[in-house]
Amino acid sequence: MKDRTRTQDFDWVLLAIVGAINVIGVFEIYSSTHASGMAGMQWKQLMWIGIGIAGMFLISRIDYHTLMDQAPALYLVGVAGLLVVLVLGFSRLGAKRWISLGGLMNLQVSELMKLIIIIVLARYFAEVRTDRLTLADLFKIGILTLIPVVLILKQPDLGTAMVLVPVALVGAFFAGIQWKHAAVGLVLIALLVPLGWNMRKHLKPYQQQRIETFLHPEQDQRGAGYQILQSEIAVGSGGFWGKGFGKGSQNQLGFVPVRYSDFILAALAEEQGFIGVCVVLLLYLGLILRLVDNAQKAKDRAGMYVVMGVTAILAFHVLVNASMVIGYMPVTGIPLPLMSYGGSATAFVFLALGLVMNVRMRRFVN
Amino acid sequence: MPSWNFNDQKIPQSRLAIFSYLSAAFVVLLLVGFWKLQVVQSEHFADLADRNGIRSIPIIAPRGTMLDREGRVLVDSYPSFSILLLRDNPKLLEKSLPQVEEGLGIAKADLQQQLDAAKSEPKFLPVIIKPGASEADIAFVESHRADLPVLELMMVQRRRYPHGEMLANTVGYVGEVSVQDMEKNPDRYRPGDIVGKAGLEKEYNDQIVGTDGMRRVVVNSVGKVMRTLDNVDAMPGKPIQLTIDEDLQQIAETDMANKEGAVVAMDARTGEILAMVSRPTFDPNDFAVRIPNQEWAQLNTDPNTPLLNRAIQAQLAPGSVFKVVMATAMLESKAIPATFTAYCPGYANFYGRTFHCDHAHGLVDLHKGIVASCDVYFYNVGKLLGIDRISHYASGLGLGQRTGIDLPGEEPGLVPSEEWVERVYHHKWYPGSTISVSIGQGALMTTPIQLARMINAVANGGTLVQPHLLKDATNLKVSSFPLSDDTVQQVTDGMWGVVNEPDGTTEESVKLQNVDFSGKTGTAQVESFDLQNKLGKKLKENGWFVGYAPRRNPEIVVAALVQAGGWGSTSAAPVVRDIVKAYYDKKNGRMPQPPSTAENIPPAGVVHPAAQPSGAQPQ
Repeated sequence: MKDRTRTQDFDWVLLAIVGAINVIGVFEIYSSTHASGMAGMQWKQLMWIGIGIAGMFLISRIDYHTLMDQAPALYLVGVAGLLVVLVLGFSRLGAKRWISLGGLMNLQVSELMKLIIIIVLARYFAEVRTDRLTLADLFKIGILTLIPVVLILKQPDLGTAMVLVPVALVGAFFAGIQWKHAAVGLVLIALLVPLGWNMRKHLKPYQQQRIETFLHPEQDQRGAGYQILQSEIAVGSGGFWGKGFGKGSQNQLGFVPVRYSDFILAALAEEQGFIGVCVVLLLYLGLILRLVDNAQKAKDRAGMYVVMGVTAILAFHVLVNASMVIGYMPVTGIPLPLMSYGGSATAFVFLALGLVMNVRMRRFVN
Repeated sequence: MPSWNFNDQKIPQSRLAIFSYLSAAFVVLLLVGFWKLQVVQSEHFADLADRNGIRSIPIIAPRGTMLDREGRVLVDSYPSFSILLLRDNPKLLEKSLPQVEEGLGIAKADLQQQLDAAKSEPKFLPVIIKPGASEADIAFVESHRADLPVLELMMVQRRRYPHGEMLANTVGYVGEVSVQDMEKNPDRYRPGDIVGKAGLEKEYNDQIVGTDGMRRVVVNSVGKVMRTLDNVDAMPGKPIQLTIDEDLQQIAETDMANKEGAVVAMDARTGEILAMVSRPTFDPNDFAVRIPNQEWAQLNTDPNTPLLNRAIQAQLAPGSVFKVVMATAMLESKAIPATFTAYCPGYANFYGRTFHCDHAHGLVDLHKGIVASCDVYFYNVGKLLGIDRISHYASGLGLGQRTGIDLPGEEPGLVPSEEWVERVYHHKWYPGSTISVSIGQGALMTTPIQLARMINAVANGGTLVQPHLLKDATNLKVSSFPLSDDTVQQVTDGMWGVVNEPDGTTEESVKLQNVDFSGKTGTAQVESFDLQNKLGKKLKENGWFVGYAPRRNPEIVVAALVQAGGWGSTSAAPVVRDIVKAYYDKKNGRMPQPPSTAENIPPAGVVHPAAQPSGAQPQ
């Protein structure tokens, strides 16, 4: 079978949207850090983007079917990696997430696990030949997902652990989850969430604080709710038009926590206002819709699951991060893809997009 | 081909559409969320943002300096840093304490004690854990801004006493405002304000205290100041000029080193205090930074009472200095002829008791009685005058009452009278007590400053000046107790003889060339007095000398008290002489030299080299 894949078949519209978001992100990183001891961060971020793009091209060259053939091996390698992190990994900000790679680069294994879970679950769903998932299927999917989730939770990194779940949920949705199973699941969630929330309110303040601290021990040095409040102040004070590039007091004076990374949307909201937020969120919506379009055009169900796995993760990131910035969700350390500063996170997004390109390039291949 | 790789099933297009719509719905929801914050509530959050980074930092106004009469600095202020511990985040505080203790070198127990003491205060009020921070301390705080946000620096103005112990009991000291003061003046004082606690610092606090300013600054999230918004400058306190002459003060201090007692030198015409010493003393700089509890307790309970200003607070028997009052009373009352004489065999019997004199003076008249300080002569004078006449003249010359000097805590002393003994002890006056009072013992108590003022009044014809320390003092109450010229002449001639005649009690040891130096010695027993009991040991007599120049209408009058110094002529008189000499040296354009050591080394200008007293000296 002749390989007729060509780079011209990349989704250039999608990449244009990605590029636009990247540009906004880099500018906001510059604005957030240029007056501080971290000045120059935007260059490092550009470097990460460059590395990510290279990775994207590389991963698009390996046929996703080949990758899916290796799914069990990849899964074992990923889980083993997470175990190594727990045993040997070094701590940064109070959590073990990193494996040192010869002192040059630190690899966050959990980011790699996101890619692996996309491939593993895509293969599992593609193997289900009917339009109905049995309870046994759901159970297996649950086990496959929960093993890495638990390992990542132990690091502890609630955010990344949560990110794996939508891959399974979205996949199950497309694979044909039965109404009764979905209903039972929804009822369970509907019961557990408010129950948990109410329980939380009955706890003593210091216990609540402990939960907060457990959820994100690496942050929140100045009391629960402080970061969220500062983020809300930044967003709210930005108003409709924003305070202008480099002129947000919350951002420039450092009141916005990790303003160049997890809270970069708050920094942007303060300086560019509601208008800026609209532009960014609509770009993300465009990105998601374009990804769905790619899923529709996939040659086979396996390809569709791969693309939708990527879409599910990215959409989940955007939703949770934006909700956190405006105080609708607790701080969990989920960055805004393509905008937040961060090597592993940026690399992951481009590798995931590489999978999408991989599928797209092969839509006409037989 | 692997089992999963096949194309036979349709991709579920409708579910992809559902996913797209859901995504769009979420984005709309998020936009609604942003709209609420950024449009609906934007003013509220803009307000919060404005207040977020703005901190109001008080600028402490320096207290006014204190200058001597020639404008030399006696007390000033300097900027210093205090380290504050912020307590608004208990968890963070707990975590940071070990590092704070180590970095600033504060004992764990001390720090905990300070935190406990502030427990009842609101959490947002920081605790001053280290006043007077060193450069290393400041560097520590600055370099740990990021990881120890519980530490903050505050610039304050510290009081500085460049001369240390010099004039300490007079200038007093400063300290943090007390709870009582704050309750009395809730609008004026905030906790931690520095106010005068004693001496001139307390007396003129309202004048020398400044008005604190306020600086509004923008700080970042770790409290680092980014820029200043506006400044309300502090108004420094006004300087005050004192009547003290630093040169004379230095000489008095040197003379009194290692002694216990007091010196007060006064411009006899105006009541301006030229020098004032009290020993033992303390270093007010110790109070300028927070004084450690232990040190404070030690100063406060020290049996030598270093915090007492003996020049105005020591109430002691004046001994023979009181004979000046007796002589004045005798001449003014005319109850006894001016020619009255008595024979002194070295003792006398009154009311069945024997009263001693230090040696047999033979036939004694008033002049000799003063010059040689014959006790027997004045026993007889006292017996003839009676206590009420003595009391009248003593009070008239300002004894037993406060002089009104501008210092807090002046003691009144005591002049006994029949009325007093009946009121306090509910019995009749014992006539025998009059004999003791006649030579300045018994219940009679005076302060050094009262004696200076009294002698001055006798020598100037009865004008009682008001001693004061503020150069521009207003409302000085000068009172008058007119004395006849004849009285003044006779008594002052007697005091001139004390210094300048061969049989004077000073044995010509303190004579000054070209200066009409006069005065009166005193050597008072202390047995019956409280201080003795407090100390729990038998003391040597207190030596007194009150000297002045010139003989009549004096320019300068100096009272010296050397506690447990023995003879006033050898312990106190040289101190007074040194000061009077320095005063005239200065007046005549020669800068005074501080005496090389203490008593009995006669400086140049002493006419008669001191012949060491051969035998017992008159009291």
